[in-house]
Amino acid sequence: MDLSAINPILFIAGFFVAATPLIFAAIGELVVERTGVLNLGVEGMMIIGAICGFATAVETGSPLLGFAAAAVGGAALSLLFAFLTQVMLANQVASGLALTLFGLGFSALLGQSYVGIKPPRMGDVNFGPLADIPVLGPILLSHDIIVYFGLALVVAVWAVLKYTRIGLTLRAVGENHDAAHALGFKVKRIRTLAIMFGGACAGMGGAYISLIRVPQWTEGMTAGIGWIALALVVFASWRPLRVLAGAYLFGGLVQLQLNLQGAGVAIPVEYLAMSPYVITIIVLVFLSRSRSAAPGSLGRIFHASS
Amino acid sequence: MIALVKRPEASRAFSLAAPLLAVLATMVFGGLLFMALGKDPFEAITTIFWEPLFGEFAFFYRPQLLIKGAPLVLIAIGLSLGFKAGIWNIGAEGQYIMGALFGAGVGLAFYPIESAFIFPLMVIAGAFGGWIWAMIPAILRVKFGTNEILVSLMLVYVAEQFLASMSLGLLKNPEGFGFPGSRNLQQYASTHNADLIAGSGMHWGVVAAFIAVIFAYVLLARHRLGFAIRVTGDAPRAAAFSGVNPARLVLFCLGMSGLLAGLAGMFEVSGPAGQVTIDFNVGYGFTAIIVAFLGRLHPVGILFAGGLMALTYIGGDIAQSKMGLPAAAIQVFQGMLLFFLLAFDLFTNYRLKFGRTETA
Repeated sequence: MDLSAINPILFIAGFFVAATPLIFAAIGELVVERTGVLNLGVEGMMIIGAICGFATAVETGSPLLGFAAAAVGGAALSLLFAFLTQVMLANQVASGLALTLFGLGFSALLGQSYVGIKPPRMGDVNFGPLADIPVLGPILLSHDIIVYFGLALVVAVWAVLKYTRIGLTLRAVGENHDAAHALGFKVKRIRTLAIMFGGACAGMGGAYISLIRVPQWTEGMTAGIGWIALALVVFASWRPLRVLAGAYLFGGLVQLQLNLQGAGVAIPVEYLAMSPYVITIIVLVFLSRSRSAAPGSLGRIFHASS
Repeated sequence: MIALVKRPEASRAFSLAAPLLAVLATMVFGGLLFMALGKDPFEAITTIFWEPLFGEFAFFYRPQLLIKGAPLVLIAIGLSLGFKAGIWNIGAEGQYIMGALFGAGVGLAFYPIESAFIFPLMVIAGAFGGWIWAMIPAILRVKFGTNEILVSLMLVYVAEQFLASMSLGLLKNPEGFGFPGSRNLQQYASTHNADLIAGSGMHWGVVAAFIAVIFAYVLLARHRLGFAIRVTGDAPRAAAFSGVNPARLVLFCLGMSGLLAGLAGMFEVSGPAGQVTIDFNVGYGFTAIIVAFLGRLHPVGILFAGGLMALTYIGGDIAQSKMGLPAAAIQVFQGMLLFFLLAFDLFTNYRLKFGRTETA
């Protein structure tokens, strides 16, 4: 084992790359759950985003267009979920599972001709002389624009939920949809918009995996990150800024695991690779006590006449 | 305007019609999908649904129907018990893998002794492997209130890594010339889950699947525990008043679905698959979720749904080799089926009313 092979600065900078897909997926799902809808289809929307983003970036040569396409793809798939749960009043757990199963299959179908291709590279943001600050420069200021966009998105969601009328409406719908309906809010319309926002975020998170973190396309490449994002929302007790903390903690663990694999630790690769999932379970156990933080109407079906 | 009005009572007719409508809608939209892929939709649909049953080589495909249907039915029966009560085990794939590993592990430990006791021991070990893997989310939910959906799903990825580790390490065939994968259980008489009637596809897993259907039917229709499951799903508060112990129900439903999934894995690895390899599992644990819903969470319904889903697997394989239809297209096809089912299910509990309305 050779731990000196791990460069501490590159190691910490890697946290951001590992955490960004989770941040996108989790912050989107957080908004969806704050309006009282449980969408278990995050994994499916991420993988659709991954292939839409990848294909668009390869065809147009622009990673940014790829991310836009991923957001559109994720939102389009989430509309299926919105239709099932808001119009057809279907069970949210079952509909979310259906979305994931369908998304995994559909992405494999779309991605057939993209296996083994390298996507265009996304450049890092140029901070000029600031990036030369020792230690902090390479850690904080050496990333692509999407990393910073993800951070900004979390802060924006936090501010909107906390300080604006829109945020108050979203929360009201999530806490008690009957009361919100009585106040004249369009519960279904608000939820549908939130679901689409969640889909767009998940799609971009997926594209970050296929375009930057890996970067290539393979079937089922999201490998459970969508599910971990769902766990992260519980971990964060439905608060945006805690999503950030959780995602970096988790990104750090993934990074540590990859670095240990590279350094040739005596633990077999398979056991290192299963560690993120085991850690997620352990964290969930410790945080399940704070369940009271969940939105009041989470997972319940709304129908105006009942 | 069209409005939805809740039916005073769930419509039995629609509850039965919804799966049939879903299959029809899936055929139409699946056909459109195949057309978009540049294939003849009518040929594709007949290849998938007709060829395996009545085509030229049906004698070869019909046994496959039992082989592919049995694990789906076994797993789906277990899942349906929990789903009915609002207990969501979606990690059957992991329990299936663990059942296979435990079963194969016990069998291989005896190599090369031949004895009639080995196979029954493997069955017990397989059931135990699936059960213990499902007990993790069950106990965590009962003790700590942890969400069983997320835990059971995470454990699928853990089980997959465990499978990789086993087939490259502990269970690797010492005479396998370095190739990954265990000894072939089909070539070791005591562990081989052979066809009971040669060439029929009827192995012990098929027998177990039929027993599971009967067992689940009796449990739900006649036993107190089945009543507890149904009440908990329909009216959790009423269940609490009628003395249902929710913790015991969680342990039973998750444990039973894990046990059945473990059995399915064990029968698969000792029979049709023959060998523990990195990717011997093909997603039956996830497809079984579709089977459970398509069968309306009813044991007899699941039997039919399992057969239908097996048909799409076999027909999909034929369409793949004959027409070059991509394998993923069949996965999309199966996903669509669940979508349409969930959508049509609306009309079981609601009916459409035409006229002026004032609700949002």
